[in-house]
Amino acid sequence: MADVTLETGLGAKTAGEGAEPLPVQPALRPHYWLFVIPGMIVVVAVILVPWVFTLWMSLHEWKLGGSYSFVGLENYLRLPGDPRFTEAFVRTLVYSALAVVLPIILGTLAALVFHQEFPLRGFLRGVFVAPMMATPVAIAVVWTMMFNPQLGVLNYLLQLIGIKPQLWIFEASTVIPSLVVVETWQWTPLVMLIVLGGLAAIPSEPYESADIDGASAFQKFRYITLPMIAPFLMIAVIIRLIDALKSFDIIFAMTQGGPGTASETINLYLYQTAFAYFDIGYGSAITVVFFVLIILLSLATLYLRARTQWAEGGVAER
Amino acid sequence: MTKGSLTRRHVLAGAGAGATMLAIPAAWADVDYKKYAGSKIETNLIKGPRGDLLQKYEKEFTALTGIEVNSEVIPEQQQRQKIVIELSSGRPSFDVVHISFHVQKRLFERAKWLSSVTPFMTNAALTEADHKGDDYSSAGRTYATVEGGFNALPWSVDYFMVYWNKELFQKKGIAYPTNFDELIKAAEALHDPANGISGFVGRGLRNANLPLYMSFLLGFGKDALDEKGNLIIDGPEAVEAAKIYKHLLTKCAPAGVAGFNWMESQASFLQGKSAMWLDGIGWAPPGEDPTRSRIVGKIGYGVIPKGPVAHASPTYGDGIGIPAASAKKEQAWLYCQWAVSRLMGGRLLQSGGGVPFRNSVIGNKDTQAGVTMPAEWLTCVIESAKVSKLGLPVVVPVTEFRDIIGTALTATLSGADPATELKKAADQYRPILEKSEKS
Repeated sequence: MADVTLETGLGAKTAGEGAEPLPVQPALRPHYWLFVIPGMIVVVAVILVPWVFTLWMSLHEWKLGGSYSFVGLENYLRLPGDPRFTEAFVRTLVYSALAVVLPIILGTLAALVFHQEFPLRGFLRGVFVAPMMATPVAIAVVWTMMFNPQLGVLNYLLQLIGIKPQLWIFEASTVIPSLVVVETWQWTPLVMLIVLGGLAAIPSEPYESADIDGASAFQKFRYITLPMIAPFLMIAVIIRLIDALKSFDIIFAMTQGGPGTASETINLYLYQTAFAYFDIGYGSAITVVFFVLIILLSLATLYLRARTQWAEGGVAER
Repeated sequence: MTKGSLTRRHVLAGAGAGATMLAIPAAWADVDYKKYAGSKIETNLIKGPRGDLLQKYEKEFTALTGIEVNSEVIPEQQQRQKIVIELSSGRPSFDVVHISFHVQKRLFERAKWLSSVTPFMTNAALTEADHKGDDYSSAGRTYATVEGGFNALPWSVDYFMVYWNKELFQKKGIAYPTNFDELIKAAEALHDPANGISGFVGRGLRNANLPLYMSFLLGFGKDALDEKGNLIIDGPEAVEAAKIYKHLLTKCAPAGVAGFNWMESQASFLQGKSAMWLDGIGWAPPGEDPTRSRIVGKIGYGVIPKGPVAHASPTYGDGIGIPAASAKKEQAWLYCQWAVSRLMGGRLLQSGGGVPFRNSVIGNKDTQAGVTMPAEWLTCVIESAKVSKLGLPVVVPVTEFRDIIGTALTATLSGADPATELKKAADQYRPILEKSEKS
């Protein structure tokens, strides 16, 4: 094997036959810090400082236009007794679960379809991913008009096929499922693209063996396709989960959290608290709790992702 | 004079071609407008007919004064947040600010974010002789004054009134209602869901629904607070008003009205699907626009019917003021004075984009002659002004009030009992109010 010279940031070292062993990495030379400092400044200024300030604000009673005072953990202690917060908390979890599961299922099915060869496949793929590229507020405006119980096209179409008109986002019991429909419509294509990447990476040999063994189409999907695209599905779940938890624009533009508070998620509630009531202290406490929730759920999905990994010859469950 | 520049005479001559200018013979006559020529001010305005009008004509202000204007015009909700955050920072980026009095009056007063404009109003070198405080309607003065002095200038008022579909009324042989009982009966009689027609439409969405509810509550001679500032939103009159609200929106309105804001209500009315719509008078122009309305020429504009005790049109309004932190207060004052002038007020009224608080604008025959909206609309403006009453309590936590009571009202649309819901909402809101106003 030819010697390969690796120019590293620590100086030129030679790897390969006859090369001296790499020394233990010394500490960065002083002048290298010049390259690190700008990045560190940005991270500290736009991530660390705002977070520390948010934590500080959450420990104070502070309404804009008035003075502020230190209240310790009082804002956090208020949260469990605030029905609007607890309801928003549960609603956020329900909304996020639906907005993850449905696009995952539909996106996987769509990927299986678009993985096949058929006429106009490329064009139809382009059409299918179009919703993903639309602006959320534009989507919200169009869907709000379509959902209008009196003038909207959806009820007109339902009536054509003999189904009773629905109230969609204009009724407390149907507002969350209706919003999930919009979310699913917009983000199913993203899941499809991720899964398509996974499908393209699957070798043909397992399917040939399965054919010889007489496996059915479902058995091939269950025992070959699904395990082999599982890492890709986990990536899709992580992206969708974080996105669904943070969802704000479409809900705000379509319902503003209504009717009543029926579609008010944590995100909307903290926005309302901080920027409509100007209760900065309490709004910050909600933000901190929401951040912790996102971190915990993300860690949980990352843990699952780590358990579902490619191993020699396939996917291994750790 | 340099070529291309504009003098006061040019402004007068140019604008004088329109009927508006007939109403302002003495405009720009007494003040040294050029005192600050060459300076620049920043304004922060609400996107909408009022803010757009000021931005559209700001070059005339520059021509008049030599003061450059840079306007930031942003949607209402975002503007309200932005200005509060900027003002609370102590270093706002603007010298003139557009204020929603019905939401922000008390907050701005308490925080002392605005500079008093009374000293300017009494300064003959800076103020037109015809610009007097008593030219503003009583609602405008209530909104803009603090302890007798003006904290801002009242700009535009919005009265709640009834838009009604004359064709649908005629078909059923029904006259425009004069009191709440007749209103309910008319809505019931006109409600025809089998043919896709509802008798009444209005806001059901939380927060947005408060002005509609207040239209009924004020008719019972009560407000959200009593004279001492105590919350009485769960009192018997409030419950009766909620019952009317609930009845109209559950028995006579389109399905799904619980999620309707003014936009959905307006769409239903302009498509000819609702016989009556109770909302702000400022939403009128699209109704007479054939590209946006199917009932052009068929809309009646009615003063809100009388309640059992009182006849009151809930009133909301906005104004224009100068941040206390501004370093260009006199330039800003010249702008504010121009913004609420008879010229600009006349333009606002004539376009139908709003109703100025100044009586001398509303009452001027020449200005009235140039109004593009139907005469009935103008009559409704004038008559509503006579029964005008502030539509929301003047407290700091007014958004919480709208949210909490609004949620209770929306709940009644799903069948909840008005008394129970209002009691619950009052119990929830009372500590917030007391903490804010009495601590």
